[in-house]
Amino acid sequence: MARTISYREALNEALAQEMERDESVIVLGEDNAGGAGSPGEDDAWGGVLGVTKGLYHRFPGRVLDTPISESAFVGAAIGAATSGLRPVAELMFIDFMGVCFDQIFNQAAKFRYMFGGKAKTPVVIRTMYGAGLRAAAQHSQALYPIFTHIPGLKVVVPSSPYEAKGLMIQSIRDDDPVIFCEHKAMYDVTGEVPEDSYTIPFGEAGVVRDGDDVTIVAIGRMVSVAEEAAKQLADSGVEAEIIDPRTTSPLDTETILESVENTGRLVVVDEATPRCNLATDISALVAKEAFGSLRAPIEMVTAPHTPVPFSDALEDLYIPDAQRVANAVKTVVEWKR
Amino acid sequence: MTDTLSTAVSHELDGNALLDAYRTMRTIRAFEERVHAEFATGEIPGFVHLYAGEEASATGVCVHLDDRDAIASTHRGHGHCIAKGVDVKAMMAEIYGRRTGSCHGKGGSMHIADLSKGMLGANGIVGGGPPLICGTALAAKQKGTGGVGVAFFGDGASNQGTTLEALNLASVWQLPAIFVAENNGYAEATSSTWSVAADNIADRAAGFGMPGVIVDGFDFFAVHEAAAEAIQRAREGGGPTLIEVKFTRYFGHFEGDQQTYRADEVANAREHLDCLKRFRTRVTETGQVEAAQLDAVDAQVTDLIDAAVEEAKAAPKPTAADLETDVYIEY
Repeated sequence: MARTISYREALNEALAQEMERDESVIVLGEDNAGGAGSPGEDDAWGGVLGVTKGLYHRFPGRVLDTPISESAFVGAAIGAATSGLRPVAELMFIDFMGVCFDQIFNQAAKFRYMFGGKAKTPVVIRTMYGAGLRAAAQHSQALYPIFTHIPGLKVVVPSSPYEAKGLMIQSIRDDDPVIFCEHKAMYDVTGEVPEDSYTIPFGEAGVVRDGDDVTIVAIGRMVSVAEEAAKQLADSGVEAEIIDPRTTSPLDTETILESVENTGRLVVVDEATPRCNLATDISALVAKEAFGSLRAPIEMVTAPHTPVPFSDALEDLYIPDAQRVANAVKTVVEWKR
Repeated sequence: MTDTLSTAVSHELDGNALLDAYRTMRTIRAFEERVHAEFATGEIPGFVHLYAGEEASATGVCVHLDDRDAIASTHRGHGHCIAKGVDVKAMMAEIYGRRTGSCHGKGGSMHIADLSKGMLGANGIVGGGPPLICGTALAAKQKGTGGVGVAFFGDGASNQGTTLEALNLASVWQLPAIFVAENNGYAEATSSTWSVAADNIADRAAGFGMPGVIVDGFDFFAVHEAAAEAIQRAREGGGPTLIEVKFTRYFGHFEGDQQTYRADEVANAREHLDCLKRFRTRVTETGQVEAAQLDAVDAQVTDLIDAAVEEAKAAPKPTAADLETDVYIEY
């Protein structure tokens, strides 16, 4: 089928194909070209993540560098979205939501409802989340639960290059505000990605692996961690079904519940800190809607309730890994009343 | 860089345009006086912030705008809505929380909007509007419509980072944006002479590489002239302008505010500075408009506001079926 490309290349291709298709799509953010006003090259960086590299020359006037001024340019993206453009703004690190959150949650998220259904705000805010690069407490958080909490926002957390492309194209075409969360440790992960344009609908989970003994719901980069655990578990005769929600808002509750009704056991793997995260949200859903199917208490594998530490010795303990997932699965499989 | 415009003379407005401007200002005044009276009866819910006294600002700016142009407003937004052409009856119904309101009763006084009119909403967040206006101005620039964006904000918002960031970005990107700082003397109960570290808000324009202008906010013609120049410059690609409009508000920060922090400047302003009185004196003295024509507008506006209140009170409230609609376009 398809070529193998990286998560970064998949995102770049999605942006390029949508910019080609629809001239109302623009890209803006800090160093999204790179080099504005500087004596050297234009398009020096293509974003600090390299995701927008090459778009500046291919789409003249539609890739805008910004000052380091998140409130202004995220707000501008939102205002432009109300006025006929489809901006894709890059909020470099999700941790920087703190300096521009008002524009996202009090403005973009609320226009539609607050204005009686008359606003349309098709903005995409791309942002990098997650631990693993020794980037410490202010550049490593998995804050997608905060956005998921806000009515009016859609939240996308792709787990592979294939999902990154299809979900990005869907995000750009979607008429509601979308927070698109890219894991910073995944940009070089490769996978099969079709060359043609395609979309993956929101609110439809992927079943990454079939199994009858336990359901593992994993978010974003945790999907690959769950897959690694599932391989180990299969060696000991435990077959795990892995569900990848792809979007945390909307959330495909049906696929999760159907799986748990079959397996009777649930482990949720979430890189976010443990209070009010996706693990607690999905656990509550299953406890309420599939209580009769559960054959063991639910297990949650998450980061601890701490900031993200710097030292590799600590950060490796902080991030949920395959061994912890496998241990949680053993706990639910071996549980006896 | 900061210029002071006193009572500038405008030669651009004919008799009909003057009557239209007067009608807008009178409508805002009558709307606000009536909301003030009705709020006291307890029938209007929530937080209400009135614009009376400041009519010349919204009117003097918006008279230059058309459907290409967007404005962002503040919690004190009724005047901007009326000046940008939002339906007055729908506004009143919204303030009463009715299904027939501008936002079907889901927004209220602080969130009245009509995007079809380029009115991007009153805004409950101080400093919420200026970044958004950078976006509407960017869209106008990208699409080549010749449109402009106007952010109205108060002296309080002039100290918010969002506003200062928006001024910088608008200048860096050379956006067709106009920033109208409405300095009514108080951010809630705090004097702007204390909270604004500069002598004037407009002085800050120099730091963002754009022209800054101070105008007498009680003088419609002064606002009109300053806005004309700034909007023309923006439409022609000359970038943003910061206009500081100075006046006082006639009511408290919110309805119910006892205003113990104030001196008696309101009585003096109403008597000697009022924008409607000055407008009437000027246009009748020059002979451009007859007093009887202004009286007729006053009567028509009174009838409109009476009808708006009557219809709002009789209108249905939203129902349970409306609670969860319009959160998303599709979910």
